[in-house]
Amino acid sequence: MSVGVPLEAPTVSGPEEGPERSDFPVYLARKVGAAVVSFVMLLVVGFIIFSLMPSDPVSALTRGRPTSDAQMNQLRHDLGLDQPLWERFLTFVGHTLTGNLGYSYEYHQPVSTLIADRLWPTLLLMGSSTLISIWLGMWLGIRAGWHPGSLLDRSASAVSLALWSVPTFWLGLILLVVFGSGSVGGIPAIFPAGGMQTHGTAGGLAPSHVLDVAWHLVLPCVTLVAVIFAQYVTIMRSSIIDERGNPYLLTARAKGLRDEVVRRRHAVPNALLPSVTVIFLQIGGMIGGAITVEVVYSWPGLGYLTFTALRIPDLQLLEGTFIVFSAAVIVCNLIADLLYRALDPRVRRQ
Amino acid sequence: MSTLEHDPAPVGEPAEEKAPSRLAPIGRFVVSLLRMPTGLFGVLVMLGFVVLALSAPLFIHPSDLSVTQADGPLLAGPRSGYPLGTDPAGRSVLLLVIWGSRTSLAIGVMATLLTMVLGAGIGLMAGHYQGRVGRLLMHVTDWFIALPSLPLAIALAAVLGQGATSITIAIGVTSWTGTARLVRAQTLAVEARPFIERARALGATDTQLITRQVLPNVMPLILVSSTLTVASAILSEATLTFLGLGDPTSVSWGSLLNNAFMQGAVTAGAWWYLIPPGIAILVIVLGFTLVGRAVEHVLNARVQPR
Repeated sequence: MSVGVPLEAPTVSGPEEGPERSDFPVYLARKVGAAVVSFVMLLVVGFIIFSLMPSDPVSALTRGRPTSDAQMNQLRHDLGLDQPLWERFLTFVGHTLTGNLGYSYEYHQPVSTLIADRLWPTLLLMGSSTLISIWLGMWLGIRAGWHPGSLLDRSASAVSLALWSVPTFWLGLILLVVFGSGSVGGIPAIFPAGGMQTHGTAGGLAPSHVLDVAWHLVLPCVTLVAVIFAQYVTIMRSSIIDERGNPYLLTARAKGLRDEVVRRRHAVPNALLPSVTVIFLQIGGMIGGAITVEVVYSWPGLGYLTFTALRIPDLQLLEGTFIVFSAAVIVCNLIADLLYRALDPRVRRQ
Repeated sequence: MSTLEHDPAPVGEPAEEKAPSRLAPIGRFVVSLLRMPTGLFGVLVMLGFVVLALSAPLFIHPSDLSVTQADGPLLAGPRSGYPLGTDPAGRSVLLLVIWGSRTSLAIGVMATLLTMVLGAGIGLMAGHYQGRVGRLLMHVTDWFIALPSLPLAIALAAVLGQGATSITIAIGVTSWTGTARLVRAQTLAVEARPFIERARALGATDTQLITRQVLPNVMPLILVSSTLTVASAILSEATLTFLGLGDPTSVSWGSLLNNAFMQGAVTAGAWWYLIPPGIAILVIVLGFTLVGRAVEHVLNARVQPR
């Protein structure tokens, strides 16, 4: 289908046909503007889902507790449910922008405090597994793409396909029952069964505590890496294949460079550019995996918080985590756009 | 309008199927699909699971699945009569997994239908009404692609309440974007071809153009996309049900894993309770994915020689 419109990478960019030769400030302003529009749309969707769709948020809030009619009305008034729609929306936007994400009646704490407490464990888990996946995925992808059809290429594709077909949480459960329970096939419980630290240990940055957290991190991290590294293999593989036919590689070979040097010094730097931005675009997909992995390993992060909020269900808390997750993705997409320009001199020069 | 389709193809156009039999190309398509080992494997897996799911009521009695009436040993490993062991209520894990295929497949297919209707509808509109409407639709699509799908699905399912319907809606709303993009690209390609202009010149309305001219040409793409969507819908169903959003009374692969997790199968080391539902998901998702890829391959091979 040669007439087809090229499927560009999904970005939250503004109007497609921007000025060809724009300066960096203009570019920056356009991208930031697009991100702001996305954020406003996110608030609209959040408002629709959590404020308009539940038939009665107050009865959802007070589910399971004896509440008098007077209390219900007081709660309705406190939440501003007796005000017109647009006023409720503006209040909601104002609150969100000032970091007020509501109050969790389950935890008796502001939602923003709960989220701030759980943010670091999630960042630690996602950060470490992303770094390992990128390293592993690039390493494999470069080698698979350099010799497409080779044994390594075919086995990398097969493993990627199999791991893609497996639910993340199930992989986590299996790893946990094999290495964390100590009751399968005589394999001792090498790793802890969940949580982020051993009970009763002191926090802080003491070496023993850091080691303890790292020890708890192994299984969740391996699970996430197993599921996400395949994407990086695919991306890296295809961009290396795209570079393979280029004449500059022929020149490099004609100079008498070894195959490995041609690949490392000439092909990889060029193939890296599209991959780097895609990495940031993948973060949104990763969040789903992080949620289920946190649930399986009781990792005290945002995903586990979402899970506990879901079981009650605590809609205010769910709304808070939904907005934080989605806003994180919008920020990552913005970073991807800016990074692409910063990294690729060709884009900058245009 | 229907006479248009039987007009001889104009010069320069690839010869359309003029033969009276409309089934012949489908037959050729199936044969070339089954000639590929991956396609054959995938089709066999799909058929196997569908047959198993449909025939399950013939050999599984409701009492086998009832928590109170099951009479097997409690959370015991594989043994005679229970090839895959039992769950904490004494039910056979093998029978549970077979029964679970019914819910998982049903939700997977329903969610895919919803996804296709949404995705193809928006993609066709965005491709046909180029201009302000098309641009707006593509902006919305791009925005939805960027949104993390699991948090959105969780939010939707939580607000809609537990159950199969809300899970189906949540999956549909979060997975139509890829189809919309594909269908729009294909619509643009189809609309650039001369027979659309001819139909327009003969006075076809927008609705007629979309349903009679564009849709039949976009349909193969929608079919490929749908086999791949069933695979990811089954995965999403398992994930959402595992998180406790499913109907608590029905048996599906996700709810089996949810029960196993909640009832301490991990600490008890009850691997026989954890492994089978996951393997079932793995095999069926692999089956649908391989069929999707094989169909894509066959269609591409038929498109390229033009």
